[in-house]
Amino acid sequence: METPRNLVVLGAGTAGTMVVNSLRRRLPAPWRITVVEQHDTHDYQPGYLFLPFGAIAPEQVRRRTRGLVHDGIDLVRAGVERVDTAEHEVHLADGRVLPYDQLVIATGTTPRPDQTQGTLGPQWHREVGEFYTYEGALALRDRLETFTGGRLVVHITELPIKCPVAPLEFTFLADDWLRRRGLRERTELVFVTPLDGAFTKPVASRALGGLLAEKGITVEADFMVEHIDQERRVLVSYDEREVAYDQLVTVPVNMGADFVAVSGLGDELNYVPVDRHTFLADGLDDVFALGDASNIPTSKAGSVAHFSVEVFTENFLEHIAGRPMTHVFDGHANCFVESGHGKALLLDFNYDTEPLTGTFPFPVVGPLTLLGESRANHLGKLAFRHLYWNALLPGRPLGLRPQMSMAGKHPA
Amino acid sequence: MTTTTIAGHPVDVNDEGFLTDPQQWSEDLAPELARLAGLSLTEDHWRLIRFLREDHAARGETPTLRRVATATGTPVKELFALFPGKPAKKMAYVSGLPKPKGCV
Ligand SMILES: Cc1cc2nc3c(=O)[nH]c(=O)nc-3n(C[C@H](O)[C@H](O)[C@H](O)COP(=O)(O)OP(=O)(O)OC[C@H]3O[C@@H](n4cnc5c(N)ncnc54)[C@H](O)[C@@H]3O)c2cc1C
Repeated sequence: METPRNLVVLGAGTAGTMVVNSLRRRLPAPWRITVVEQHDTHDYQPGYLFLPFGAIAPEQVRRRTRGLVHDGIDLVRAGVERVDTAEHEVHLADGRVLPYDQLVIATGTTPRPDQTQGTLGPQWHREVGEFYTYEGALALRDRLETFTGGRLVVHITELPIKCPVAPLEFTFLADDWLRRRGLRERTELVFVTPLDGAFTKPVASRALGGLLAEKGITVEADFMVEHIDQERRVLVSYDEREVAYDQLVTVPVNMGADFVAVSGLGDELNYVPVDRHTFLADGLDDVFALGDASNIPTSKAGSVAHFSVEVFTENFLEHIAGRPMTHVFDGHANCFVESGHGKALLLDFNYDTEPLTGTFPFPVVGPLTLLGESRANHLGKLAFRHLYWNALLPGRPLGLRPQMSMAGKHPA
Repeated sequence: MTTTTIAGHPVDVNDEGFLTDPQQWSEDLAPELARLAGLSLTEDHWRLIRFLREDHAARGETPTLRRVATATGTPVKELFALFPGKPAKKMAYVSGLPKPKGCV
């Protein structure tokens, strides 16, 4: 019998689940797959955006991890404490040690309110809300239920964050929700960002900035928060500006898992530096990082995780056969941006190209419109949840090429 | 993109005034770029500028504010004092590097 070879995947979120499920049937015999996950539930995180407005039910965003990981894959329920790259071992919090021949780090990124002074005070998940976790989104739903007007401030602490458009979408949805409740007149909506505009990519920033102005939303740009003063209900910046709030919705700093730093594999935010085309960790040939856990310069998004996993699986089969990896990831991201009133925009871009106008996924016919608001885009975003549970996670191909296509698109 | 002359050197800049080719930068450009950004350079500024230049050369990317703070051991508050208002952008501008992305 051949000696078993171990592929160990850390994290059974979007990227980890897709990768183990897609490789299950394709990995040749002596290979065994183990996936390590700290939680026994898996959340459809894009759903968090809708929870505070009661637009989606909590049970629609959460499933048990066990049911999502195919048979024949070893699911280990534990927290990862450290990776020993010299010994090729993963040390778990419960003391177990897993040897690996190849390792994939897919532990994502997590909001870290502990990193900004004053956030975790008595008003955390009350006057200081957030929607980047399940608990936070539900707490915010309860807060909004009792909201009767005042200053509603949506705030980004620092970039990168996962789904960088989510705070804007939240703002648009809040505007819509307040109007429907007859509270918009009594509410000042403020968007606070460390960037100098609405979004990072100039073309999208212009389009989205226009929407903010149209909806009467004030933008406080170039604002780097130093601390939150819960007693006085103000955000205080490093250059001593203050933004007052009655209800704050903050997006804390996002950081990769602590074990990444402990293992000497991370940058200053615990992201694993990798080759942006193959996801191979710098200086190693048996460690990859997929999804939000890596430092690749594109959006931290489920769509990116999906496209990267497709490129990765092909490459990985070559890699373990001792051949060079011939598939190249281009940084392709596509993000739906909810703009309220049952409409959404769609952004499509990669490492080298700004978001484009045109249609997706098919030239001319779409049905989705890029960079323009449409109802089809909104419906596309809603439909995505079903695709996520039933096609993406099980590793069924969606028929979309991972590489960005320029057909039917025009620079904005 | 336009070509302009800074401290006697012809350089290419984008519509925000950032140098588009880091190779066109040299130490004698920095004081003039700093003046345009409303700063006058002290040894503390120079220490950071040199770090930004080296880090960009090594990694091909402009370091973010957090990276500069962590790698040089300079508290963010001090970076704001040295490059008031928009430290990440001003540091990149004076160092002849693209505006830091770190934020897609
Ligand atoms: C509010 C919100 C809205 C979003 N909207 C969109 C959208 O519209 N479109 C889109 O494409 N993307 C969206 N995203 C982003 C998307 O959810 C993430 O990019 C995606 O989940 C990344 O996948 P991942 O596998 O890298 O990380 P995750 O899916 O977060 O998975 C990481 C897994 O690792 C586990 N883990 C972490 N540390 C450890 C440890 N030490 N030990 C063991 N296990 C560990 C975690 O429990 C988790 O299960 C949104 C995210 C949020 C928060």
